[in-house]
Amino acid sequence: MTDLLIKLIPLFPLLAVILNGFAGKRYSHDVAHRLAWGSVGLSFLCTIGVFADILQTGTPHEVIAYQWIFGGDLTINLAYLVDPLTCIMLLVVTGVGLLIHIYSVGYMHGEDGFTRFFTYMNLFMVSMLLLVMGNNYVVLFIGWEGVGLCSYLLIGYYYDKVSAAKAASKAFVVNRIGDAGFLVAIFLIFINFKTLDYTKVFAQVSQLSPEMATAIALCLLVGAVGKSAQLPLYTWLPDAMEGPTPVSALIHAATMVTAGVYMIVRNHAIFDLSPTAMTIVGVIGGLTALFAATIGLVQTDIKRVLAYSTVSQLGYMILGCGIGAYTAAIFHLMTHAFFKALLFLSAGSVIHALSGEQDIRKMGGLSSKIPWTYRLFLIGTIAIAGIPPLAGFWSKDEILAHAFTHHHYLLYGMAAIGALLTSFYMFRLIYLTFYGRSRMDHHTEEHVHESPMVMVVPLMALGVLSIVGGFLGFPPEHGWLHQFLAPVAGTGEEHAAGTGLVLMLMMFATGIALLGWGLAHYFYSVNLSAPDHLAAKFQAAYRILLNKYYVDELYDLLWVEPTKKLGLLLDWFDRNVIDGLVRAVAQLADLGAAGATWMEKYVIYSGINVVGYGNHLAARQWRQLQSGMVHHYAAIIVAGLFLLAVIIQLIMQL
Amino acid sequence: MVPLSAYVAVSAVLFIIGLLGVVIRRNFIIVLMSVEIMLNAATINLVAFSHYLESMAGQLVALFIIAIAAGEAAIGLAIIIVVFRGKISTNVDEMNLLKW
Repeated sequence: MTDLLIKLIPLFPLLAVILNGFAGKRYSHDVAHRLAWGSVGLSFLCTIGVFADILQTGTPHEVIAYQWIFGGDLTINLAYLVDPLTCIMLLVVTGVGLLIHIYSVGYMHGEDGFTRFFTYMNLFMVSMLLLVMGNNYVVLFIGWEGVGLCSYLLIGYYYDKVSAAKAASKAFVVNRIGDAGFLVAIFLIFINFKTLDYTKVFAQVSQLSPEMATAIALCLLVGAVGKSAQLPLYTWLPDAMEGPTPVSALIHAATMVTAGVYMIVRNHAIFDLSPTAMTIVGVIGGLTALFAATIGLVQTDIKRVLAYSTVSQLGYMILGCGIGAYTAAIFHLMTHAFFKALLFLSAGSVIHALSGEQDIRKMGGLSSKIPWTYRLFLIGTIAIAGIPPLAGFWSKDEILAHAFTHHHYLLYGMAAIGALLTSFYMFRLIYLTFYGRSRMDHHTEEHVHESPMVMVVPLMALGVLSIVGGFLGFPPEHGWLHQFLAPVAGTGEEHAAGTGLVLMLMMFATGIALLGWGLAHYFYSVNLSAPDHLAAKFQAAYRILLNKYYVDELYDLLWVEPTKKLGLLLDWFDRNVIDGLVRAVAQLADLGAAGATWMEKYVIYSGINVVGYGNHLAARQWRQLQSGMVHHYAAIIVAGLFLLAVIIQLIMQL
Repeated sequence: MVPLSAYVAVSAVLFIIGLLGVVIRRNFIIVLMSVEIMLNAATINLVAFSHYLESMAGQLVALFIIAIAAGEAAIGLAIIIVVFRGKISTNVDEMNLLKW
């Protein structure tokens, strides 16, 4: 029964993809969106069924849906492994996915390509489900590439907008770098273990030499860095905000970008073998968390601020992986999915209300005009800022506490400063968007309206999850989530940190978050000239932050432009050298053909013509034989008869 | 008892007569009749040898030949009638279309 449910989970959205993709134009938008979110809803129900089963029995399920590649010692199945880790991922993906699908019905209402949007979204769901459910690296990789493709398609959803098309190809190309590393890791795993099934690989992982473990772990990390937008491959994620807002919420905040975290946790057995790789993972996570938060301080596009905060939060998760706090990383992944989806969707609601305006300098004073969006955005902000008792506090604090109690003080410092900045820029967003006086132009202001219920209700659900989601991991280190994930992520060695230290760290984290809030309040509510004043004072620093450390420009200079130049060079080479060769060969063939034609026309044909004309002449003579007179024929027959008789006579005599 | 040679002689004479008729005469009907004479010569031969060898096979074949001769005569006459309608002639020499 559970096996059937597991098989059904990715099947429903796939069915919707096929229907909407091939026949979507035949029926109305109403049918299309019902199919889309209905299928995700059915998947969600199946997931709950599977979850209930695993919760009761605690045994992971391995289901082979289809024998795919087999022969020799290579067997690759389209098979699913559903254990507690997959369960959590499934619940997040289908649950948050369902809410975002429903929200999209309102948000995308009346857009061109409404059906196309939902087809891509469902295709994304299929890929993401394969990614988290696969029981081997090949299925994981299929899902991995599938979500990359859908990300590309959905970022480029407004394909007639040049910036969107460019952002889409940027995301795709940057992700390819990570995928190349991931592929190398898969090859290395296959060479070392002769199998790609998780269970078999992890069973014999201890035979791995430390160097090989480091190599595999680092290659996997390259994949995770690409997909989860870490330093130095994070540049695609802020640009990915060109897509519709539900896409940003679902793909570029809640699910796809967390695939890297999921992958590292899934492969933690390999990472555990290599302290070097773990250190690198932790440092990359910490640096990203801090680095992205600093950029987020000065951005003025509401979605871009959220994008940088996503990069930063993903940094926390990777940091958690790097210090061995896998459960905490997954916990933060889950709570982040709740509150970041909530934030993005509320931002979408704000943008919707302002008829497409995304610049926070042109907002302000919206709290009374769109009260529900305001309240929900505030919940999301408090959650992400890490103020108890909302979800973000518990998960983020757990990573921070783990870093501190395991003596990663540098990482703890980076993460703590990052947390301060997070709290600051998120409340900055609140103050600039919802408080103060309105900076909208008159026309926009007249049309401000609260979003329809179909958008607000999913927001409320996410808001509730953002408030209570943190209690799944309560009390810290021993919560329900930790016990549930223990078979997969390990319990983690017991550390000697006393309750007092934990409480102190919690209070410190809360203090940081409140300090961020206070600063934001001072800068954007009390002393309004302070931000400009500060920007003028530290003009160089401000400009660097505003231009995102010039990383894009640096990459352009270092990689993109040389690659383009190389492309042009290769184009020239192709046009002139290779095509030249091809043309020369063609000319030769042409010449040969002309020679052959002459030969045939004047030598071979003349020979054939001589034979033909000879026949013609001979026939002219021979046909005289046929007189048409019956008598002649009869006479010839008689003559022949006699001749035959004579010959037979002669033969008989011999 | 008539000896076999007598039969064969009669048959040969009949065959020669038919053959000459076919080759020499110009009238289509006569030619057709000469062909029938040749067929009869062959039939006499068959019956004579059948009797001589005391085998019924020859006589059976003779019966077949008689039947075929009847059919052949019918077709031949039909052709003559068609040609006569077109040409108002039964002269074989005027029918020389079977050439190049």
